Amino acid sequence: MDKSHAPMALSAQTKALLSRTPAVIEPGHTFESVTETIGHVVLSKRTPIGWFLGFFIAFILLMILNMTIGNLLMKGIGIWGNNVPVGWAFDIINFVWWIGIGHAGTLISAILLLFRQQWRTSINRFAEAMTLFAVACAAMFPLLHTGRPWLAIYWLFPYPSTMGVWPQFRSPLIWDVFAVSTYGTVSALFWFTGLVPDMATLRDRAKSRIAQRIYGMLALGWRGSAKHWQRYEIAYLLLAGISTPLVLSVHSVVSFDFAVSVLPGWHATIFPPYFVAGAIYSGFAMVMTLAIPLRKFYHLEDFITMRHIHNMTKVMLVTGMIVAYGYANEAFFAWYSGNPYEEFMMYNRMTGPYAVFYWSLIAINAVMIQLFWFRSVRDNIPFLFILSLLVNVGMWLERFIIIVTSLHRDFLPSSWDMYAPTRWDFGMFAGTIGLFLALFFLFIRFLPAIAIFEMRTIVPEAKLHPVAHTPRAGGPGLAEHHG
Amino acid sequence: MAEFENASALVDAATKARLAGYRKMDAYSPIPIEELNEALDLKRTRLPLLVLLGGIFGCFGGFGLAYWVSVFAYPMNVGDRPLNSWPQFIPVTFETTVLGAALTAFIGMWALNRLPQPYHPVFNVEAFARASTDRFFLVIETTDPRFERYATWKFLEGLHPVGVSEVAP
Repeated sequence: MDKSHAPMALSAQTKALLSRTPAVIEPGHTFESVTETIGHVVLSKRTPIGWFLGFFIAFILLMILNMTIGNLLMKGIGIWGNNVPVGWAFDIINFVWWIGIGHAGTLISAILLLFRQQWRTSINRFAEAMTLFAVACAAMFPLLHTGRPWLAIYWLFPYPSTMGVWPQFRSPLIWDVFAVSTYGTVSALFWFTGLVPDMATLRDRAKSRIAQRIYGMLALGWRGSAKHWQRYEIAYLLLAGISTPLVLSVHSVVSFDFAVSVLPGWHATIFPPYFVAGAIYSGFAMVMTLAIPLRKFYHLEDFITMRHIHNMTKVMLVTGMIVAYGYANEAFFAWYSGNPYEEFMMYNRMTGPYAVFYWSLIAINAVMIQLFWFRSVRDNIPFLFILSLLVNVGMWLERFIIIVTSLHRDFLPSSWDMYAPTRWDFGMFAGTIGLFLALFFLFIRFLPAIAIFEMRTIVPEAKLHPVAHTPRAGGPGLAEHHG
Repeated sequence: MAEFENASALVDAATKARLAGYRKMDAYSPIPIEELNEALDLKRTRLPLLVLLGGIFGCFGGFGLAYWVSVFAYPMNVGDRPLNSWPQFIPVTFETTVLGAALTAFIGMWALNRLPQPYHPVFNVEAFARASTDRFFLVIETTDPRFERYATWKFLEGLHPVGVSEVAP
């Protein structure tokens, strides 16, 4: 496959570099061993005790979500800390945070596929699952922010209601509805398409009748026909090609929610690229947060190797630096614009009541990530786990700062106010983390967390080689499976 | 149906079968093998064209919706600006284009593949269960003009397979 591995074409320096680069998959794997290792996690009758423990914690958080939503529907959004200058608070912070996390999944599954990055193969499936679950969590916030989600249908979607009322297509909020719902749909299609050949594998390997039936239904009768594979590969590539501009558009549209308004700190042309980079940055942090325990507890170190960990840190470093550039750019233009409101916005961010959050996010997203330059840090898995959690915190703080500091002190000092979340805000946030984790636990128990058929394509066995016609000696007899 | 141990043997067998004049064949493998398209002389799929059409449909549909709602169904005069403020309809148009293309790619691929299909004769062969793990199969169908029960069997055996079997309908 990779012709650059021809020994004579490489200088000594390149060779030394290559020997330092860990493999995408550990040597010695075959079709059977790949299938067995990944399939076993799902088909095994025994569920690890750690799974129950993790699911239990996630379930408690999920129940907090239920309680919060129940209370919200009874009392209305007054239970939250939102007030008049800060009408958008935790809802939009958490919405942007979750949507951003989802972006890494699509980046890995689509953009890296187009760039023929082989290392994407072992992390794309669970990263896509992460995308879906993150979008589900994200969508909950704007929906519940309406207070009456059952009415939100005619506020959000263009359908011919008897009232003759239609949504406003000039509003970024409607763009957001289209962007996020398209994103959710396309991610789901992409994910399911990838799953079908693996469902066929599980159908054929499952021992229990129920598992055979369920996986059989999900496999849609997949039989690995060459004609099918041909269309399948084209469709997969096309979906990847379609998802690539889509993923860039989604966070751009999310940033329009802010950039199209006239508020100081929001009305900036840097927003779309800065948001997209931030999304990928936080998303990779979440992939890392999930991958590290996953490979550890399910012994998947052969498939999710140090190569993946290294590459993910490098992506985080690059996108993190773009985000840091965004911060610098915001500060520079606040000063350079000469606009007193812009200047005050920046001054307020840096020295106002929320300054501690601003400086924490700078400390994490601009200073701390410089640690990723060091190989010793990239090799230290427990430390990386902590750093990736901190990146998630940092990116959450970034959204908090962007949203709250711009709103709470705008043009007129008479309308200034402070914002503080209530316990229901936290309940909602913790609850969606519970929903996300619960779905993820179910996913790794019942579906293959790594794309089995794609892993097969990267084992040496998948390479074609000239056929040597030696008559088979001890193979099974010809009439053995006489139909 | 002949069973092979690896992808190379399958591609080799498929090529030979085609050279021997067999046309109605199919190959089954646990991984996509690009070389099989040539070996089996598969036609290029119409899918990309369909996806393009789906995208165009989504594009016009999305813009048309935004235009119709903003100009006819629910016109809203904002500071006497034009009702057809088309630059602001672009994000929605873009998203519906993507949606149209993606839905066509998804539905079109399964429809052209005639899936979901709950029953297929190949599953009657017990060894076929390994087609989704590590075995490769070549099937010559009885509808092939050159198909002849005994000769085809012998021909398949001559391709050095792991085994040959007959597929019950």
